[in-house]
Parts: sequence; C-alpha cells; structure tokens
Amino acid sequence: MEARTIRQRGPTGEHRLSLLYLAPSLIIFAIFVFYPLGRTFYLSTMGTDIIGRANKFVGLDNFAGMFSDPGFFKALGTTALFALFTVVPAVVGALVVVLLLESRISGQRMFRTVFALPFAFSVATASVIFALIYNPAVGMANGILSYVGVDRIGWLTEPDLALISISITTVWMTLGYNVLVLSAGVGAIPAEVVEAARLDGATGWRLHSRITVPMLSPQLFFLIVISTIHALQSFGQIHILTKGGPDGATSTLVYWIYEKAFSYGSSDFGTASAAAIVLLVVVLACTGIQFGVLERRVHYR
Amino acid sequence: MSTSSSVASKIVVYLVLIVCALPVVFPLYYAFIGGIMTPSDLASYPPKLLPTAIDLGNYSSALDTIPLARQYLNSAIQTGIVTLCQLLSSVLAAYAFAFLRMWAKTAMFALFMVTLMVPWEAIILPNYLLISDLGLTKGPLTYLGLTLPFLAHAFGTFLLRQSFLQFPIEVRDAAVMDGCGHLRFLWRILLPLSKPAIAAVGVYVFMTTWNQYFWPLILGNDDQYKTLQIGVSMLNDAESSSPTLILAGVTLALLPTLVLVIFGQRFIIRGLTAGAVK
Repeated sequence: MEARTIRQRGPTGEHRLSLLYLAPSLIIFAIFVFYPLGRTFYLSTMGTDIIGRANKFVGLDNFAGMFSDPGFFKALGTTALFALFTVVPAVVGALVVVLLLESRISGQRMFRTVFALPFAFSVATASVIFALIYNPAVGMANGILSYVGVDRIGWLTEPDLALISISITTVWMTLGYNVLVLSAGVGAIPAEVVEAARLDGATGWRLHSRITVPMLSPQLFFLIVISTIHALQSFGQIHILTKGGPDGATSTLVYWIYEKAFSYGSSDFGTASAAAIVLLVVVLACTGIQFGVLERRVHYR
Repeated sequence: MSTSSSVASKIVVYLVLIVCALPVVFPLYYAFIGGIMTPSDLASYPPKLLPTAIDLGNYSSALDTIPLARQYLNSAIQTGIVTLCQLLSSVLAAYAFAFLRMWAKTAMFALFMVTLMVPWEAIILPNYLLISDLGLTKGPLTYLGLTLPFLAHAFGTFLLRQSFLQFPIEVRDAAVMDGCGHLRFLWRILLPLSKPAIAAVGVYVFMTTWNQYFWPLILGNDDQYKTLQIGVSMLNDAESSSPTLILAGVTLALLPTLVLVIFGQRFIIRGLTAGAVK
C-alpha cells in the first residue's frame, strides 16, 4: 500500500526500518521467552548437582521420577480442584452482580466501583489481609462465627478446608476484574436490541436469560479461559497463606515446581523443569480445549 | 407491572446488592480500620469492628520492622522502568505492524502472539538461572534483574496496534505531504491522538508490575532491594509484628493501586477488556 509509506526510502529500506522498530521487543523475547523456553526442555533432561547446576544428561529420568511421585499427582489434582473452586464462583458471582446492577437502579456507578475495589489488591496484600482474617486466635472469620455460637475453625490448618479458604481469597481477588469485564460487555450491548426485547414484553430475568446473558457470551467465554489459566498459574496466595500445607493439601503444580527448585535447599531444577513442561502443556491444552468446545456455543455478534 | 411491586423488587435488588457488597468491601475496611486500631482492640475476641481509640503508631512501627519506605522506592523504580520501557518498545513495534511494510509481517505478528501463550511460571526457572548467572540478583543490579525480562510485552503491542490501525489515513497522508518523518509523525501526531490507548496500556503495565510477587520473591536476597509486595509478606511472617502493624503496612502498599482503580477505572476497563470486548 503506497499510501501508507512515508518518505521514498524504497521498499528494502522500509523493511529494514520495520525490523529496527521491532528490535527492542524481539531482543527481549529472544532472551527472556524463547531462550528460556528451550532451556526448560534442555534442563528437563539433565540431572543437577547440589546447587542446581545441570551436570549430566539423564534422558527422561526426571519425567519418570516425577510420574512415579504420588506428590506430583496430588499436586495435579489439587490444581484441578483449585481451578474449579475459583473459576466457577468468580464468574457466576460476577454475572449475578452485573445483572443486578442492570436493574435500572440509581447508584449503579457507585456499586460498580465498590465491586471493582478488590482489583486494587495485589496477591500479596490480599493474601496478607486474609491471613489475618483466617487467623485462628484473633481472626475476623472465627470472630463472626463466634457471634452465632460456632467454635473456632482452623481455616488454613484443616487439610480439607485449607484449599477452600485459599479459593475464597482467590475468588474475592478476581471478582472485581470479572465485574469490570462484564460491565463493559453489558455497556456494549446495542440499546435497540434491549428495547426491542422490552417491547416484546421481556422483562427481568426473562430479558436477562434470553438477551443479556447470550449477548455477554463472548465476555463470559473470555473470563472462563483467562481465569482458568490464572488459576493454573496461581502462586502468591498459596505461598503466603499455607506454604503448600497442611501436609501438601494446597500444593498446586506451580507450587510444587517452586518447592522442587527453591524450597528447603532443594535445587532439583531438572525435575522442576519437567513439571514446568507439564504446566506449559496443560495451559496450552486448556486454551485449546476451551476454544474448541466453547467457541461453537458462544453467540458472537 | 404495578408500581408497588416494582418498588418492592427494587428494594430487593438493593438489599441483595448490599449483602453481596459487604464481604467485598470488608477486607478493605479491615485493613484501613485495623491499621489505626490499638493492638489490644484488634486482638480482642471476638474482634471489634470499630476502634475505641485511634493509634497511628502502627504505621511508624511497620516502617521500623521492615524497610518499607526503601521498598516503596524499589517498587517505584521497578514499576517506573518497566512501564516506560514497555510503552516505548510496544509503541515502536505497534507502529511497525500498523504502518510499515515488513517482510513476513503475518509470521512476525504470530511470533509476538506466541509469547503471550507461554505462561511465565513455565519459564521462570531458566530466567532465574540466567539473571543470577549475570549477577543481577545482588545490590543495585537487582533493579536490572527485576526489570529486564519485562522491558517488552506483546500485550501492549497488540493493543496499541489495534488503536493505530484505526488512525485516519488522511491525516497521515497530510503529514507525509509536509515531509514529516516516521519518528516525528509518531511523536508529534500519532501519540498525542492515541492518549487513551497509551493510558490503558500504561495503567495495565503499572498494575501488573507493581503487584508482581513470584519473580521479586525468588530474586531478592537483600532486604534493601526487595519490593514492597515482598516486604508486606515479610511483615506477615515476622514474629514481632502485631496484626495492627501488618494491616498498616498493607494499607501503605495498597494505596497507589487503589487510587488507580477508583480514579482510572475507564483506562483499566479499556486495557483489561481489550481481548474480551470487540
């Protein structure tokens, strides 16, 4: 397209110039994305010495060791449960909130801001606050229970409960983002569509189930994919709240990788890299499956 | 529908919204109020929801326990470098994708998009080995270690390219007529007219960088070069810290992003939903 070029440099000059403009990004991607990606595969086939230096080729031994480790499968199961416990409530909860906000009430903007507030929290600030809320001795969670006469609960120390407590924290953290995304989606629904449905007598939940929710399906689809991927990558809340405990009950795949590589003087970068490849495959597969399955059901405008 | 039933349904909606909003707001309220409570107030069981006295000493104690002021500065430096450099590299790349002729443009753009699909946690170990081999985990060089891997990101390029592609081509042609070069056009005309997109990318990068946890955690050896997020979590682990002091520290760490969410919401929505809303 001749019109899109400035200065008569000739085509070759402009091709070179465009590479120059891409260079800063390409250099960073080469050093910090593609090279590490290759090195992850390389490390996964290497044994490591006591400080984590690759010292000998071991073929697939790291994978074999990992797949015969019950702790690894437990971590995979925990990761799946964690994704389920966080994605579904956070997306459904945000949808309910956004639909309620659509009820032509005043103070809509204020409510929207209130529900977006958790988005200001980092994983560290949110987790530290929840660590105090869950504190068995002085925490607010047990404090509220005491008002209704329920005994103290070890929110983060009961093996059956710890993952749920971390999930609650995570749902709280992600709700704000989901509300922002869905609110923007509602704002993008053409007013004529809603008006036409109203003229046909659709109101309240009927309007929402027939018009609003289907029209929001691209955003819901996006949120499900993004939150699943985020759940698979979660680390900070586990590190701050439970350190993977009690007894490995909250150790997800990423946390398992961290422990293999960094925890308690363990520097098993070989096994950790093998697990990192599993993480890579799982994240890519999730994206693929969700695109494949959901794409057909999504109503795209 | 009769008026009385619509009033009733509105009241129900308000009530449900308020009940939903309480647990959402509570942790924020708890951080602010807990941070100015006396330790004995907060430690009482069941805990008090309102302070009987105001104690601002928690803030100074928090600053004494962990070098939070220094870590504030570290986070500001880290976030400043990453935000500026990422904006710069993204603007240049997006300009090339939107306006310049390029060999294998489609393949090149696909290469950028591929980087978005690689989870950072899957490549964090080799990145750590690389950065520590380069000696960027010690002293002031930690700033380089913290920032180098994030000086470019395909998300910003993607979003800015979308915005640049909508730029009216006539304006650009007029600039060409006047003998305007690429950088001059970019700096004097395109960027001033793309402020909303730039702000969206800037706010997004600021928030994600400010809130980073995993990378600064494994990188920092020296308290003086840890970021604020790590400092706050150390406050939680420190034996000597009382809950009030922890909450004061959390409030301090939270303020910049809280201000952004309250006052910069439209930019956040634009940046964060770029992939979701067409």
